[in-house]
Amino acid sequence: MTEHLPAIQVMIPIVGSLLIMLIRNNTLNWLIGVLSCLSVVFCSITLYSKVAISGAISYAMGGWEPPVGIEYRIDELNALFIVMISLASCIIILYAKNSLNNEIRANKISVFYSMYLLCLAGLIGILSTGDAFNAFVFLEISSLATYIMISIGQDKRALVAAYQYLIMGTIGATLYVIGVGLIFVITGSLNLVDIASRINDIELMRPLYASLAFITVGIALKIALFPLHAWLPNAYAYSPSVGTAFLASTATKVAIYLLLKYLYLVFGYNIIYSNPLFMIVIIALSLAAMFGASIIAIFQSNIKKLFAYSSVAQIGYITLGLGIANYNGLIGSTVHIINHSIIKAAIFLAIGCVVYKTKETSIKKLAGLGRTMPLIATCLTISSISLIGVPGTVGFISKWYLVLGAIEQGWWLVVISLAISSLLALIYVGRVIELIWFHEPEKNIIVIKEKLPKEMVIITIILTLATIYFGIDIRLTADLAKVAVENVLLAGDIL
Amino acid sequence: MSELILILPIILPLITALIIKFLWKFERIRYLILIAGPILNIYYISKILTQFNAIPIKLDLITILSGLNISLGIEPISMIFLLMVNCLWLIATIYSVGYMLSNNEKRLDNFFMFFSISIACANGAALADNLLTLFIFYELLTLSTYPLVTHKGDELSKKSGRTYLLILLGTSLCFFLPAISYVYFLSGSLDFIENGLLMTTMGVNSISNLQLSILLVLFIFGISKAAIMPFHSWLPAAMVAPTPVSALLHAVAVVKVGVFSIIKVIVYTFGIDLLFDLTIVDLLIILCGFTIIASSIIAIKQDNLKKLLAYSTISQLSYVIIAILILTPSAIIAATLHLIAHAISKITLFFAAGAIYTSTGYTKISEMDGIGSRLKIVMIGFSIGALSLIGMPILGGFISKWYIVESALDANRWFIILVIVISTLLNIGYFIPIIYKVFFVKNTSKKALKKLPITINLAIFSCCILIILLFLFPNFFIEVIKNEF
Repeated sequence: MTEHLPAIQVMIPIVGSLLIMLIRNNTLNWLIGVLSCLSVVFCSITLYSKVAISGAISYAMGGWEPPVGIEYRIDELNALFIVMISLASCIIILYAKNSLNNEIRANKISVFYSMYLLCLAGLIGILSTGDAFNAFVFLEISSLATYIMISIGQDKRALVAAYQYLIMGTIGATLYVIGVGLIFVITGSLNLVDIASRINDIELMRPLYASLAFITVGIALKIALFPLHAWLPNAYAYSPSVGTAFLASTATKVAIYLLLKYLYLVFGYNIIYSNPLFMIVIIALSLAAMFGASIIAIFQSNIKKLFAYSSVAQIGYITLGLGIANYNGLIGSTVHIINHSIIKAAIFLAIGCVVYKTKETSIKKLAGLGRTMPLIATCLTISSISLIGVPGTVGFISKWYLVLGAIEQGWWLVVISLAISSLLALIYVGRVIELIWFHEPEKNIIVIKEKLPKEMVIITIILTLATIYFGIDIRLTADLAKVAVENVLLAGDIL
Repeated sequence: MSELILILPIILPLITALIIKFLWKFERIRYLILIAGPILNIYYISKILTQFNAIPIKLDLITILSGLNISLGIEPISMIFLLMVNCLWLIATIYSVGYMLSNNEKRLDNFFMFFSISIACANGAALADNLLTLFIFYELLTLSTYPLVTHKGDELSKKSGRTYLLILLGTSLCFFLPAISYVYFLSGSLDFIENGLLMTTMGVNSISNLQLSILLVLFIFGISKAAIMPFHSWLPAAMVAPTPVSALLHAVAVVKVGVFSIIKVIVYTFGIDLLFDLTIVDLLIILCGFTIIASSIIAIKQDNLKKLLAYSTISQLSYVIIAILILTPSAIIAATLHLIAHAISKITLFFAAGAIYTSTGYTKISEMDGIGSRLKIVMIGFSIGALSLIGMPILGGFISKWYIVESALDANRWFIILVIVISTLLNIGYFIPIIYKVFFVKNTSKKALKKLPITINLAIFSCCILIILLFLFPNFFIEVIKNEF
């Protein structure tokens, strides 16, 4: 049974999502969702411990041996991300029940759960598949599910946001497929390991570079790398809070993993560095994201949009680590993928609690939150402080590795940019904190009089504590990321 | 187990803060708790000090990465700093009970809670045994004093709070943190080591002068709590806080943590021998000299008493930095002594300013004609503090200035002597007119005075005693440091 785990962990959420579509009882559907997520968590952790002991696992889907058949390949890196994604989705769906009942129409809730699981299946699929075209299929599955999740949002603008993402996402997917097509023509294979082994013998470099460019830009659209981020703020702002938290902590991260995989495991160090311009562009875009998006975030009046732009900036940190491309830089990226998803889940779930009570996402509604909802206000404060990278929080750990990586390369400009962008983060976070603690609450701000559901508060608190805990004890984050970077990304190349 | 006692100076104020917050409604015991916290703390600190004489102790709390841990330890300078902060915390608590009650300040429970938390952070910084720990407590101190600065909650205090956060956090994130990671990159460790971390791990030759200069500049500007120009404007802005906050935090805890951090970095991270020949040190001395004189000149023009004291603090902090930059063992003793002397004198001055405000409502010097005859204890306290800062014999400030001048002479730093002479004249220029005004100009207004609570007078009185004691027994501190160098 355990040898089929790579397939099972993708199948469970798909089956769950189909079941939910058949049943029309919201509570029962929520239970199915929770159960599926829990079992995925169980599978992924078992799988990770297996990989950690015996090394990478190759699983032939349907018994068709690779490279002809579809291969699922689990190594320390993607096993780690699968655990992270499944844990995040599990925690968020535990929180979801009352928040969704409050935010969206009752007849849409089942659809939401179904799409939530489908999206999860797609994301885990992208992470585990070792086949270029299969990755595209899962990319589309998760994206389509995401479009629906966004469009379910109560606000009318949710439809526009979903449409915008639909267009952008489709363009991204198309570019990706063109890139994959080019690779297939050159190498005659779709299996990523197989491609990687053949790619160094290729003499026709131009189509190879073209495919690298197509794939990078295609995935960059999904990542929301500046300046291809236009879809993200609206999508985050108008989807239900649960959806925002889920997207922010999983979807973009998986796309970054895909990019990481293509750059380091498929094309390899030699090709991506054969022309230095490529990495310079990635670094320049990352820096632009860190500055541009942070500055835009300072002027936002919608609290969800503010943190959405902050996400774009933080994604810049992660891709910056890819660009720094040494040991510490890559650890920084990998850790920040995990840390940022903890932080953003905590922040958006806390905002979900605020929205539950006030029914609005305008930043003005945060005024005096310290007095009206002290617990949630504290959670929001702590998790936003960890965005800045104050020591003792998770944000510090990732920035520390990034700074070390940049110093090692001797890139002082990057070190200074990291520092200045923290300052910009301080400004937009400071604005939120000042509103929360030092402004008088508006009258009649609380629309829903009854107390916040317990599980929403408890989960927000747990995630907030996690932002501190993993800032001090890094055995489960940075140490595992280190193992993954050593064994997977740098296995043959730099070290 | 005996190392665990090192946590107590951090934990005790935190516990005090919690108890204050939750037991505030019991009126009878709340003041008891307020006073009990500092007293217990002083008791345990003196216990640590006696233990320290036997063996140096160190306590690793958490290891994040190899060489990147949160650990506490104690050495002579931090010992003196710890003792000073907590003794003054006791006095300031006594003072602030009287002050906050007679001025009808609101949200007292919050005020005293954050007050204690700030002290916990200052103690943590004092006990830090490596740069990371120091940095963490340094940042926490900024965050925990922010609610005190904005305590009034009006537009002005919010605006000042913004300046405060932006400058303090901004410089530490932009300069201090990169400097720390660079030290880690160079030496693989952040610990404070006798003779200096970089000196021991790198040696004199394997690190270039340019690298050292960049690092030193990053540290000096990154630790902007020391208020060297151009990053000084947070300090005058912070004066919107209630006077006990200005007194304890912005004359003692916060700014002194800044100066203390610079001392620690120069002595234990660089090592004074490593920096000896650098040109950048001369440039920094000129910058500090400029800060001393410029802020004294600005102080002369101030009419608001607290603003005047703030600018005087900026100039006195640079005294300490300029003394460290002489880079001889005797200069470090001088710097430490001045740190103490200024803390005690300045807190007295702030106490007096607060007492004047409580009793008369005056904040401007131009209104204070002739109040000396009616507020005798307060104004005598003020004069003692002011004269001590000018450097009058029989007062604490004389000793430290003497030592600074002496070590400057030894090192042939004539520029420093010149700066000290000019600034002493300027000190006289802004303090003596006030003393003259309050005692010898006739009072014209017939405004009724509010009676001062006994605690305010008591606090001012005990500070004056401390100033004189420092003059009489400076050896108590000098001996402790001399053992180390």
